[in-house]
Amino acid sequence: MATFAKLSFNKDELNKELSGFFKGILENGAVDAVLAPMAQGKKGVRLSLITSAASSGAVDPFAPVAAVSGAKIASSLTARPSGRKVAMVLRPCEIRAVVELVKLKQVNLDDVLMIGMDCLGRYENTDFAKFQEQGGTSESFLEKAQAGNTASGDFDVAGACKICEFPAAANVDLRLCAIGSGGGTVHIEAVTEKGQAALEKSGLKIGDNPSGRDEAVKKLVAVRTEAKDKKFAEFRAETNTFQALGEKLSACINCYNCRVACPVCYCKECVFVTDTFRHTGDQFMMWADKGGMLKMPNDTIFYHLTRITHMSLFCVGCGQCTSACPNDIDLMPLFRTSADKTQAKFSYQAGRSVEEEQPMAGFESDELFEVTGQAK
Amino acid sequence: MSEFEPKIVAFFCNWCTFTAADLAGTSRLSYPPNIKIIRVMCSGMVDPKFVLKAFLNGADGVLVGGCWPGDCHYINGNFKARRRVALLTEVLKQYGIDEQRFWLRWIAASEGNMLKEVADLMTAKLKELGPSPLQQMGQMVG
Repeated sequence: MATFAKLSFNKDELNKELSGFFKGILENGAVDAVLAPMAQGKKGVRLSLITSAASSGAVDPFAPVAAVSGAKIASSLTARPSGRKVAMVLRPCEIRAVVELVKLKQVNLDDVLMIGMDCLGRYENTDFAKFQEQGGTSESFLEKAQAGNTASGDFDVAGACKICEFPAAANVDLRLCAIGSGGGTVHIEAVTEKGQAALEKSGLKIGDNPSGRDEAVKKLVAVRTEAKDKKFAEFRAETNTFQALGEKLSACINCYNCRVACPVCYCKECVFVTDTFRHTGDQFMMWADKGGMLKMPNDTIFYHLTRITHMSLFCVGCGQCTSACPNDIDLMPLFRTSADKTQAKFSYQAGRSVEEEQPMAGFESDELFEVTGQAK
Repeated sequence: MSEFEPKIVAFFCNWCTFTAADLAGTSRLSYPPNIKIIRVMCSGMVDPKFVLKAFLNGADGVLVGGCWPGDCHYINGNFKARRRVALLTEVLKQYGIDEQRFWLRWIAASEGNMLKEVADLMTAKLKELGPSPLQQMGQMVG
Protein backbone atom coordinates (compact mmCIF):
# COMPACT_ATOMS: atom_id res chain seq x y z
CA MET A 1 0.00 0.00 0.00
CA ALA A 2 1.37 3.28 -1.08
CA THR A 3 1.82 5.95 1.53
CA PHE A 4 1.26 9.64 1.05
CA ALA A 5 2.37 12.80 2.71
CA LYS A 6 0.13 15.79 2.30
CA LEU A 7 1.62 19.13 1.48
CA SER A 8 -0.73 22.04 1.96
CA PHE A 9 0.26 25.42 0.73
CA ASN A 10 -0.97 28.97 0.92
CA LYS A 11 -1.33 31.01 -2.23
CA ASP A 12 2.01 31.47 -4.01
CA GLU A 13 3.75 29.16 -1.59
CA LEU A 14 3.65 25.83 -3.42
CA ASN A 15 7.30 26.03 -4.37
CA LYS A 16 8.25 27.12 -0.88
CA GLU A 17 6.63 23.99 0.55
CA LEU A 18 8.22 21.77 -2.09
CA SER A 19 11.62 23.30 -1.51
CA GLY A 20 11.16 22.46 2.17
CA PHE A 21 10.75 18.82 1.16
CA PHE A 22 13.91 18.83 -0.99
CA LYS A 23 15.78 20.66 1.73
CA GLY A 24 14.68 17.92 4.13
CA ILE A 25 15.95 15.05 2.03
CA LEU A 26 19.25 16.85 1.39
CA GLU A 27 19.80 17.82 5.00
CA ASN A 28 18.86 14.44 6.41
CA GLY A 29 21.15 12.59 4.05
CA ALA A 30 18.49 10.73 2.06
CA VAL A 31 20.30 12.02 -1.04
CA ASP A 32 23.44 14.02 -1.79
CA ALA A 33 21.95 15.97 -4.65
CA VAL A 34 18.64 16.89 -6.22
CA LEU A 35 18.05 17.40 -9.92
CA ALA A 36 14.90 19.45 -10.23
CA PRO A 37 13.33 22.17 -12.36
CA MET A 38 14.34 25.49 -10.89
CA ALA A 39 13.51 29.11 -11.66
CA GLN A 40 16.40 30.94 -13.28
CA GLY A 41 16.19 34.49 -12.06
CA LYS A 42 12.94 36.00 -13.27
CA LYS A 43 12.78 34.14 -16.55
CA GLY A 44 12.82 30.53 -17.48
CA VAL A 45 12.86 27.29 -15.57
CA ARG A 46 15.61 24.74 -16.11
CA LEU A 47 16.60 21.49 -14.53
CA SER A 48 19.29 22.28 -11.99
CA LEU A 49 21.58 20.11 -9.98
CA ILE A 50 21.37 21.12 -6.34
CA THR A 51 23.93 19.82 -3.87
CA SER A 52 23.41 22.29 -1.05
CA ALA A 53 20.16 22.38 0.92
CA ALA A 54 20.50 26.15 1.18
CA SER A 55 20.28 26.41 -2.62
CA SER A 56 17.00 24.62 -3.04
CA GLY A 57 14.84 27.71 -2.60
CA ALA A 58 13.93 28.33 -6.22
CA VAL A 59 12.74 24.85 -7.19
CA ASP A 60 9.67 24.85 -9.41
CA PRO A 61 8.90 21.21 -10.26
CA PHE A 62 5.45 21.81 -11.70
CA ALA A 63 6.49 24.57 -14.10
CA PRO A 64 4.85 23.72 -17.42
CA VAL A 65 8.03 23.68 -19.47
CA ALA A 66 10.74 21.17 -20.40
CA ALA A 67 13.44 23.02 -22.27
CA VAL A 68 15.25 19.77 -22.99
CA SER A 69 14.30 16.23 -22.14
CA GLY A 70 15.48 15.48 -18.62
CA ALA A 71 16.35 11.97 -19.78
CA LYS A 72 19.35 13.43 -21.60
CA ILE A 73 20.41 15.19 -18.41
CA ALA A 74 19.94 11.96 -16.46
CA SER A 75 22.24 10.30 -18.96
CA SER A 76 24.90 13.01 -18.61
CA LEU A 77 24.80 12.62 -14.85
CA THR A 78 24.83 8.86 -14.56
CA ALA A 79 26.28 7.22 -17.67
CA ARG A 80 29.61 7.64 -15.93
CA PRO A 81 28.30 7.72 -12.35
CA SER A 82 29.51 10.01 -9.60
CA GLY A 83 28.73 7.53 -6.84
CA ARG A 84 26.67 10.19 -5.07
CA LYS A 85 22.98 9.68 -4.44
CA VAL A 86 20.82 11.95 -6.51
CA ALA A 87 17.08 12.55 -6.47
CA MET A 88 15.75 13.33 -9.94
CA VAL A 89 12.49 15.15 -10.37
CA LEU A 90 11.33 14.32 -13.87
CA ARG A 91 8.21 14.24 -15.99
CA PRO A 92 6.57 10.93 -16.87
CA CYS A 93 7.81 11.09 -20.48
CA GLU A 94 11.33 11.81 -19.30
CA ILE A 95 11.22 8.87 -16.93
CA ARG A 96 9.95 6.60 -19.67
CA ALA A 97 12.87 7.69 -21.84
CA VAL A 98 15.18 7.05 -18.89
CA VAL A 99 13.86 3.47 -18.73
CA GLU A 100 14.85 2.97 -22.37
CA LEU A 101 18.26 4.55 -21.82
CA VAL A 102 18.89 2.25 -18.86
CA LYS A 103 18.50 -0.68 -21.22
CA LEU A 104 20.93 0.97 -23.63
CA LYS A 105 23.40 1.44 -20.77
CA GLN A 106 23.23 5.19 -21.13
CA VAL A 107 21.62 5.80 -17.75
CA ASN A 108 22.54 4.12 -14.49
CA LEU A 109 19.87 4.18 -11.79
CA ASP A 110 21.98 2.65 -8.98
CA ASP A 111 22.30 5.89 -7.04
CA VAL A 112 19.11 7.53 -8.23
CA LEU A 113 16.01 8.27 -6.22
CA MET A 114 13.47 8.78 -8.98
CA ILE A 115 10.75 11.30 -8.29
CA GLY A 116 8.04 11.55 -10.90
CA MET A 117 5.75 14.52 -11.12
CA ASP A 118 2.19 14.55 -12.34
CA CYS A 119 2.27 16.16 -15.73
CA LEU A 120 -0.57 18.20 -17.11
CA GLY A 121 1.49 19.26 -20.09
CA ARG A 122 4.24 21.66 -20.96
CA TYR A 123 4.35 24.79 -23.05
CA GLU A 124 6.83 25.26 -25.86
CA ASN A 125 9.83 27.20 -24.59
CA THR A 126 8.85 30.45 -26.26
CA ASP A 127 5.26 30.08 -25.10
CA PHE A 128 6.41 29.48 -21.55
CA ALA A 129 8.26 32.79 -21.67
CA LYS A 130 4.99 34.46 -22.68
CA PHE A 131 3.20 32.56 -19.95
CA GLN A 132 5.61 33.95 -17.39
CA GLU A 133 5.29 37.46 -18.80
CA GLN A 134 1.53 37.20 -18.40
CA GLY A 135 2.09 36.39 -14.75
CA GLY A 136 1.44 32.66 -15.02
CA THR A 137 2.82 30.44 -12.27
CA SER A 138 2.94 26.71 -11.67
CA GLU A 139 0.10 27.13 -9.22
CA SER A 140 -2.12 28.96 -11.65
CA PHE A 141 -1.29 26.38 -14.30
CA LEU A 142 -2.10 23.42 -12.05
CA GLU A 143 -5.38 24.95 -11.05
CA LYS A 144 -6.50 25.76 -14.59
CA ALA A 145 -5.15 22.59 -16.16
CA GLN A 146 -6.94 20.41 -13.63
CA ALA A 147 -10.14 22.06 -14.67
CA GLY A 148 -9.27 20.95 -18.19
CA ASN A 149 -8.12 24.32 -19.45
CA THR A 150 -4.45 24.35 -20.39
CA ALA A 151 -4.70 27.17 -22.93
CA SER A 152 -3.32 30.53 -22.01
CA GLY A 153 -4.00 33.37 -24.40
CA ASP A 154 -3.13 32.33 -27.95
CA PHE A 155 -1.10 29.29 -27.00
CA ASP A 156 -1.68 25.92 -25.41
CA VAL A 157 0.42 23.03 -24.15
CA ALA A 158 2.48 21.12 -26.71
CA GLY A 159 0.60 18.89 -29.13
CA ALA A 160 2.45 15.91 -27.70
CA CYS A 161 1.09 16.62 -24.22
CA LYS A 162 -2.49 16.85 -25.39
CA ILE A 163 -2.34 13.27 -26.63
CA CYS A 164 -0.10 11.84 -23.90
CA GLU A 165 -1.75 8.99 -22.06
CA PHE A 166 0.83 8.97 -19.27
CA PRO A 167 0.11 11.95 -17.00
CA ALA A 168 1.22 10.03 -13.91
CA ALA A 169 4.71 8.60 -13.68
CA ALA A 170 5.52 4.92 -13.28
CA ASN A 171 8.88 3.33 -12.41
CA VAL A 172 9.49 5.89 -9.67
CA ASP A 173 10.38 5.83 -6.00
CA LEU A 174 8.34 8.88 -5.16
CA ARG A 175 5.56 10.69 -6.92
CA LEU A 176 4.66 14.36 -6.71
CA CYS A 177 0.91 14.16 -7.05
CA ALA A 178 -1.14 17.13 -8.11
CA ILE A 179 -3.93 15.46 -10.06
CA GLY A 180 -6.98 15.03 -7.87
CA SER A 181 -5.23 16.43 -4.80
CA GLY A 182 -7.62 19.33 -4.47
CA GLY A 183 -6.84 23.06 -4.41
CA GLY A 184 -4.01 24.26 -2.22
CA THR A 185 -2.66 20.73 -1.83
CA VAL A 186 -0.22 18.38 -3.42
CA HIS A 187 0.70 14.93 -2.17
CA ILE A 188 4.00 13.11 -2.13
CA GLU A 189 3.54 9.40 -2.60
CA ALA A 190 6.11 6.79 -1.62
CA VAL A 191 5.97 4.04 -4.22
CA THR A 192 9.01 1.93 -3.29
CA GLU A 193 10.83 1.19 -0.05
CA LYS A 194 13.58 3.52 -1.13
CA GLY A 195 10.98 6.21 -1.61
CA GLN A 196 9.39 5.42 1.71
CA ALA A 197 12.72 5.81 3.50
CA ALA A 198 13.34 9.16 1.80
CA LEU A 199 9.85 10.39 2.60
CA GLU A 200 10.35 9.50 6.25
CA LYS A 201 13.63 11.38 6.32
CA SER A 202 12.09 14.47 4.74
CA GLY A 203 10.33 15.21 7.99
CA LEU A 204 6.88 15.47 6.41
CA LYS A 205 3.90 14.00 8.22
CA ILE A 206 2.83 10.76 6.57
CA GLY A 207 -0.82 9.86 6.12
CA ASP A 208 -3.87 11.36 4.46
CA ASN A 209 -4.39 9.86 1.03
CA PRO A 210 -5.74 11.95 -1.82
CA SER A 211 -9.11 10.31 -2.22
CA GLY A 212 -9.93 11.68 -5.66
CA ARG A 213 -6.62 10.89 -7.31
CA ASP A 214 -7.16 7.54 -9.01
CA GLU A 215 -10.45 8.65 -10.47
CA ALA A 216 -9.00 11.96 -11.70
CA VAL A 217 -5.98 10.29 -13.31
CA LYS A 218 -8.22 7.77 -15.02
CA LYS A 219 -10.43 10.51 -16.38
CA LEU A 220 -7.47 12.47 -17.74
CA VAL A 221 -5.98 9.37 -19.36
CA ALA A 222 -9.30 8.68 -21.05
CA VAL A 223 -9.52 12.21 -22.44
CA ARG A 224 -5.98 12.12 -23.74
CA THR A 225 -6.29 8.63 -25.20
CA GLU A 226 -9.32 9.74 -27.14
CA ALA A 227 -7.41 12.77 -28.41
CA LYS A 228 -4.49 10.53 -29.33
CA ASP A 229 -6.63 8.14 -31.32
CA LYS A 230 -8.17 11.06 -33.17
CA LYS A 231 -4.80 12.63 -33.94
CA PHE A 232 -3.37 9.31 -35.15
CA ALA A 233 -6.36 8.70 -37.41
CA GLU A 234 -6.04 12.20 -38.86
CA PHE A 235 -2.33 11.92 -39.49
CA ARG A 236 -2.62 8.47 -41.01
CA ALA A 237 -5.41 9.53 -43.33
CA GLU A 238 -3.60 12.60 -44.62
CA THR A 239 -0.07 11.13 -44.72
CA ASN A 240 -0.50 7.79 -46.41
CA THR A 241 1.83 8.13 -49.38
CA PHE A 242 5.45 9.05 -49.87
CA GLN A 243 4.22 12.08 -51.76
CA ALA A 244 2.27 13.27 -48.74
CA LEU A 245 5.19 12.46 -46.44
CA GLY A 246 7.49 14.47 -48.70
CA GLU A 247 5.13 17.41 -48.48
CA LYS A 248 4.99 17.13 -44.68
CA LEU A 249 8.77 17.21 -44.58
CA SER A 250 9.26 19.76 -47.35
CA ALA A 251 10.50 22.42 -44.93
CA CYS A 252 13.17 20.09 -43.52
CA ILE A 253 16.67 21.51 -43.83
CA ASN A 254 18.59 18.53 -42.44
CA CYS A 255 19.61 20.43 -39.32
CA TYR A 256 19.07 17.22 -37.32
CA ASN A 257 17.75 19.19 -34.34
CA CYS A 258 15.00 16.61 -33.93
CA ARG A 259 17.46 13.85 -33.27
CA VAL A 260 19.57 16.02 -30.98
CA ALA A 261 16.47 16.81 -28.95
CA CYS A 262 15.22 13.21 -29.02
CA PRO A 263 15.92 11.54 -25.68
CA VAL A 264 15.97 8.05 -27.18
CA CYS A 265 18.02 8.68 -30.33
CA TYR A 266 20.80 6.66 -28.81
CA CYS A 267 23.73 6.65 -31.26
CA LYS A 268 26.82 8.47 -30.10
CA GLU A 269 27.45 9.54 -33.65
CA CYS A 270 24.61 9.72 -36.11
CA VAL A 271 25.33 7.96 -39.39
CA PHE A 272 23.95 10.96 -41.25
CA VAL A 273 26.91 13.08 -40.20
CA THR A 274 29.49 10.45 -41.05
CA ASP A 275 31.39 9.96 -44.30
CA THR A 276 28.67 7.55 -45.44
CA PHE A 277 26.66 10.62 -46.33
CA ARG A 278 29.47 12.86 -47.51
CA HIS A 279 28.83 12.28 -51.17
CA THR A 280 30.95 13.48 -54.04
CA GLY A 281 29.82 16.05 -56.56
CA ASP A 282 29.56 13.27 -59.14
CA GLN A 283 27.13 11.42 -56.97
CA PHE A 284 24.80 14.41 -56.62
CA MET A 285 24.99 15.05 -60.37
CA MET A 286 24.12 11.44 -61.07
CA TRP A 287 21.07 11.60 -58.81
CA ALA A 288 19.98 14.89 -60.37
CA ASP A 289 20.43 13.35 -63.83
CA LYS A 290 18.13 10.52 -62.92
CA GLY A 291 15.01 12.61 -62.56
CA GLY A 292 16.25 15.89 -64.03
CA MET A 293 16.53 17.50 -60.62
CA LEU A 294 17.45 16.84 -57.01
CA LYS A 295 16.10 18.76 -54.06
CA MET A 296 18.94 19.98 -51.87
CA PRO A 297 19.77 19.32 -49.16
CA ASN A 298 18.79 15.82 -50.13
CA ASP A 299 18.09 12.70 -48.11
CA THR A 300 15.46 14.32 -45.91
CA ILE A 301 12.82 11.58 -46.15
CA PHE A 302 15.63 9.03 -45.95
CA TYR A 303 16.87 10.60 -42.75
CA HIS A 304 13.49 10.68 -41.04
CA LEU A 305 12.59 7.13 -42.05
CA THR A 306 15.96 5.88 -40.85
CA ARG A 307 15.41 7.63 -37.56
CA ILE A 308 12.03 5.92 -37.29
CA THR A 309 13.59 2.50 -37.79
CA HIS A 310 16.11 3.32 -35.08
CA MET A 311 14.03 4.98 -32.40
CA SER A 312 10.35 4.24 -32.99
CA LEU A 313 10.48 1.23 -30.67
CA PHE A 314 11.68 3.53 -27.89
CA CYS A 315 9.61 6.60 -28.74
CA VAL A 316 7.90 7.89 -25.60
CA GLY A 317 5.95 10.61 -27.38
CA CYS A 318 7.55 13.53 -25.54
CA GLY A 319 7.29 15.81 -28.56
CA GLN A 320 10.77 17.31 -28.18
CA CYS A 321 11.26 16.67 -31.92
CA THR A 322 8.44 19.03 -32.80
CA SER A 323 9.66 21.57 -30.26
CA ALA A 324 13.18 21.49 -31.70
CA CYS A 325 12.23 21.97 -35.34
CA PRO A 326 13.25 25.44 -36.50
CA ASN A 327 10.79 25.24 -39.38
CA ASP A 328 7.74 24.24 -37.39
CA ILE A 329 7.36 20.77 -38.86
CA ASP A 330 5.10 18.85 -36.53
CA LEU A 331 7.24 15.72 -36.34
CA MET A 332 5.70 14.20 -33.24
CA PRO A 333 2.75 12.52 -35.03
CA LEU A 334 5.13 11.12 -37.65
CA PHE A 335 7.22 9.38 -35.03
CA ARG A 336 4.39 8.51 -32.69
CA THR A 337 2.17 6.90 -35.34
CA SER A 338 5.06 4.69 -36.48
CA ALA A 339 6.02 3.97 -32.87
CA ASP A 340 2.46 2.90 -32.19
CA LYS A 341 2.69 0.31 -35.00
CA THR A 342 6.21 -0.95 -34.38
CA GLN A 343 5.79 -1.23 -30.62
CA ALA A 344 2.51 -3.08 -31.08
CA LYS A 345 4.17 -5.47 -33.54
CA PHE A 346 6.57 -6.58 -30.82
CA SER A 347 4.10 -6.21 -27.91
CA TYR A 348 6.51 -3.68 -26.54
CA GLN A 349 5.86 -0.40 -24.84
CA ALA A 350 8.61 2.15 -24.54
CA GLY A 351 9.27 3.06 -20.95
CA ARG A 352 7.09 0.37 -19.42
CA SER A 353 9.76 -1.64 -17.64
CA VAL A 354 13.51 -1.94 -17.43
CA GLU A 355 13.06 -5.70 -17.41
CA GLU A 356 11.47 -5.80 -20.85
CA GLU A 357 14.07 -6.54 -23.53
CA GLN A 358 14.28 -4.11 -26.43
CA PRO A 359 12.93 -5.97 -29.47
CA MET A 360 15.95 -5.43 -31.72
CA ALA A 361 18.28 -6.65 -28.97
CA GLY A 362 17.05 -10.22 -29.26
CA PHE A 363 15.14 -12.78 -31.29
CA GLU A 364 13.25 -16.04 -31.00
CA SER A 365 13.51 -18.93 -33.40
CA ASP A 366 9.81 -19.48 -33.00
CA GLU A 367 8.21 -16.21 -34.07
CA LEU A 368 7.14 -13.94 -36.93
CA PHE A 369 6.47 -16.76 -39.36
CA GLU A 370 4.24 -14.43 -41.32
CA VAL A 371 7.28 -12.43 -42.45
CA THR A 372 8.55 -15.11 -44.82
CA GLY A 373 5.34 -17.10 -45.03
CA GLN A 374 7.51 -20.21 -45.13
CA ALA A 375 6.91 -22.94 -42.60
CA LYS A 376 9.50 -25.32 -41.32
CA MET B 1 3.82 0.29 -74.96
CA SER B 2 6.20 -2.34 -73.71
CA GLU B 3 5.29 -4.33 -70.66
CA PHE B 4 6.26 -2.91 -67.28
CA GLU B 5 9.44 -4.55 -66.05
CA PRO B 6 9.80 -4.20 -62.29
CA LYS B 7 13.18 -3.50 -60.79
CA ILE B 8 13.83 -5.71 -57.81
CA VAL B 9 16.83 -5.10 -55.59
CA ALA B 10 17.82 -8.37 -54.00
CA PHE B 11 20.13 -8.70 -51.00
CA PHE B 12 21.31 -12.30 -50.91
CA CYS B 13 23.38 -13.85 -48.19
CA ASN B 14 26.71 -15.21 -49.35
CA TRP B 15 26.27 -18.65 -47.87
CA CYS B 16 22.79 -19.75 -48.83
CA THR B 17 20.72 -17.60 -51.15
CA PHE B 18 23.58 -16.29 -53.26
CA THR B 19 24.88 -19.82 -53.60
CA ALA B 20 21.37 -20.86 -54.60
CA ALA B 21 21.43 -18.21 -57.31
CA ASP B 22 24.74 -19.64 -58.47
CA LEU B 23 23.24 -23.10 -58.47
CA ALA B 24 20.24 -21.89 -60.44
CA GLY B 25 22.73 -20.54 -62.99
CA THR B 26 24.88 -23.63 -63.22
CA SER B 27 21.71 -25.75 -63.40
CA ARG B 28 20.68 -23.63 -66.38
CA LEU B 29 17.45 -22.59 -64.73
CA SER B 30 16.41 -19.27 -66.12
CA TYR B 31 14.92 -16.69 -63.80
CA PRO B 32 13.77 -13.16 -64.59
CA PRO B 33 16.52 -10.55 -65.03
CA ASN B 34 14.41 -8.14 -62.98
CA ILE B 35 16.24 -9.34 -59.89
CA LYS B 36 19.39 -7.28 -59.36
CA ILE B 37 21.45 -9.18 -56.86
CA ILE B 38 23.63 -7.56 -54.24
CA ARG B 39 25.72 -10.09 -52.41
CA VAL B 40 25.98 -9.55 -48.66
CA MET B 41 27.66 -11.75 -46.10
CA CYS B 42 24.47 -12.35 -44.13
CA SER B 43 20.80 -11.37 -44.28
CA GLY B 44 21.44 -10.07 -40.78
CA MET B 45 23.67 -7.32 -42.15
CA VAL B 46 20.98 -5.85 -44.36
CA ASP B 47 20.66 -2.45 -42.75
CA PRO B 48 17.16 -0.94 -42.96
CA LYS B 49 18.91 1.97 -44.71
CA PHE B 50 19.78 -0.31 -47.65
CA VAL B 51 16.13 -1.13 -48.11
CA LEU B 52 14.94 2.43 -47.65
CA LYS B 53 17.50 3.73 -50.11
CA ALA B 54 16.48 1.13 -52.68
CA PHE B 55 12.83 2.14 -52.46
CA LEU B 56 13.61 5.86 -52.38
CA ASN B 57 15.72 5.46 -55.51
CA GLY B 58 12.83 3.88 -57.32
CA ALA B 59 13.06 0.13 -56.76
CA ASP B 60 9.70 -1.56 -57.28
CA GLY B 61 10.53 -4.31 -54.86
CA VAL B 62 13.17 -5.41 -52.40
CA LEU B 63 13.93 -9.05 -51.75
CA VAL B 64 16.10 -10.19 -48.88
CA GLY B 65 17.30 -13.77 -49.09
CA GLY B 66 18.85 -15.65 -46.20
CA CYS B 67 19.52 -19.11 -44.83
CA TRP B 68 16.75 -21.17 -43.33
CA PRO B 69 16.37 -20.89 -39.54
CA GLY B 70 19.06 -22.97 -37.93
CA ASP B 71 21.33 -22.84 -41.00
CA CYS B 72 22.77 -19.33 -40.61
CA HIS B 73 26.51 -19.31 -41.12
CA TYR B 74 26.68 -16.77 -38.29
CA ILE B 75 24.29 -18.82 -36.13
CA ASN B 76 21.43 -16.30 -35.85
CA GLY B 77 21.85 -13.44 -38.33
CA ASN B 78 18.71 -14.51 -40.15
CA PHE B 79 16.62 -14.25 -36.98
CA LYS B 80 17.81 -10.71 -36.51
CA ALA B 81 16.99 -10.01 -40.14
CA ARG B 82 13.47 -11.29 -39.58
CA ARG B 83 12.84 -8.87 -36.70
CA ARG B 84 14.27 -6.00 -38.71
CA VAL B 85 12.16 -6.79 -41.74
CA ALA B 86 9.07 -7.01 -39.55
CA LEU B 87 9.92 -3.62 -38.06
CA LEU B 88 10.61 -1.90 -41.35
CA THR B 89 7.48 -3.35 -42.93
CA GLU B 90 5.42 -1.71 -40.18
CA VAL B 91 7.04 1.63 -40.99
CA LEU B 92 6.77 1.44 -44.78
CA LYS B 93 3.17 0.19 -44.85
CA GLN B 94 1.81 3.55 -43.78
CA TYR B 95 3.31 5.21 -46.84
CA GLY B 96 2.19 2.71 -49.42
CA ILE B 97 4.97 0.13 -49.51
CA ASP B 98 3.73 -3.08 -47.98
CA GLU B 99 4.83 -6.67 -47.66
CA GLN B 100 3.83 -7.30 -51.28
CA ARG B 101 6.85 -5.26 -52.36
CA PHE B 102 9.23 -6.10 -49.55
CA TRP B 103 10.01 -9.80 -49.16
CA LEU B 104 12.20 -11.85 -46.89
CA ARG B 105 12.63 -15.47 -47.97
CA TRP B 106 14.72 -18.36 -46.75
CA ILE B 107 16.47 -20.07 -49.66
CA ALA B 108 19.11 -22.70 -48.94
CA ALA B 109 22.27 -23.21 -50.99
CA SER B 110 20.75 -26.35 -52.47
CA GLU B 111 17.51 -24.68 -53.48
CA GLY B 112 18.33 -23.28 -56.90
CA ASN B 113 14.87 -24.24 -58.06
CA MET B 114 13.31 -22.35 -55.20
CA LEU B 115 15.31 -19.28 -56.06
CA LYS B 116 13.87 -19.42 -59.53
CA GLU B 117 10.40 -19.90 -58.09
CA VAL B 118 10.69 -16.89 -55.74
CA ALA B 119 12.15 -14.69 -58.50
CA ASP B 120 9.31 -15.70 -60.85
CA LEU B 121 6.66 -15.14 -58.21
CA MET B 122 7.93 -11.78 -57.08
CA THR B 123 8.36 -10.49 -60.60
CA ALA B 124 4.85 -11.58 -61.50
CA LYS B 125 3.42 -10.04 -58.35
CA LEU B 126 5.12 -6.70 -59.01
CA LYS B 127 3.98 -6.70 -62.63
CA GLU B 128 0.48 -7.07 -61.30
CA LEU B 129 0.96 -4.28 -58.73
CA GLY B 130 2.61 -1.92 -61.20
CA PRO B 131 5.41 0.56 -60.60
CA SER B 132 6.32 1.61 -57.08
CA PRO B 133 4.27 4.59 -55.90
CA LEU B 134 7.54 6.44 -55.42
CA GLN B 135 8.21 6.50 -59.13
CA GLN B 136 5.15 8.60 -59.71
CA MET B 137 6.86 11.41 -57.85
CA GLY B 138 8.85 11.99 -60.99
CA GLN B 139 12.09 12.86 -59.26
CA MET B 140 14.59 11.28 -57.01
CA VAL B 141 13.02 11.18 -53.63
CA GLY B 142 14.84 11.26 -50.38
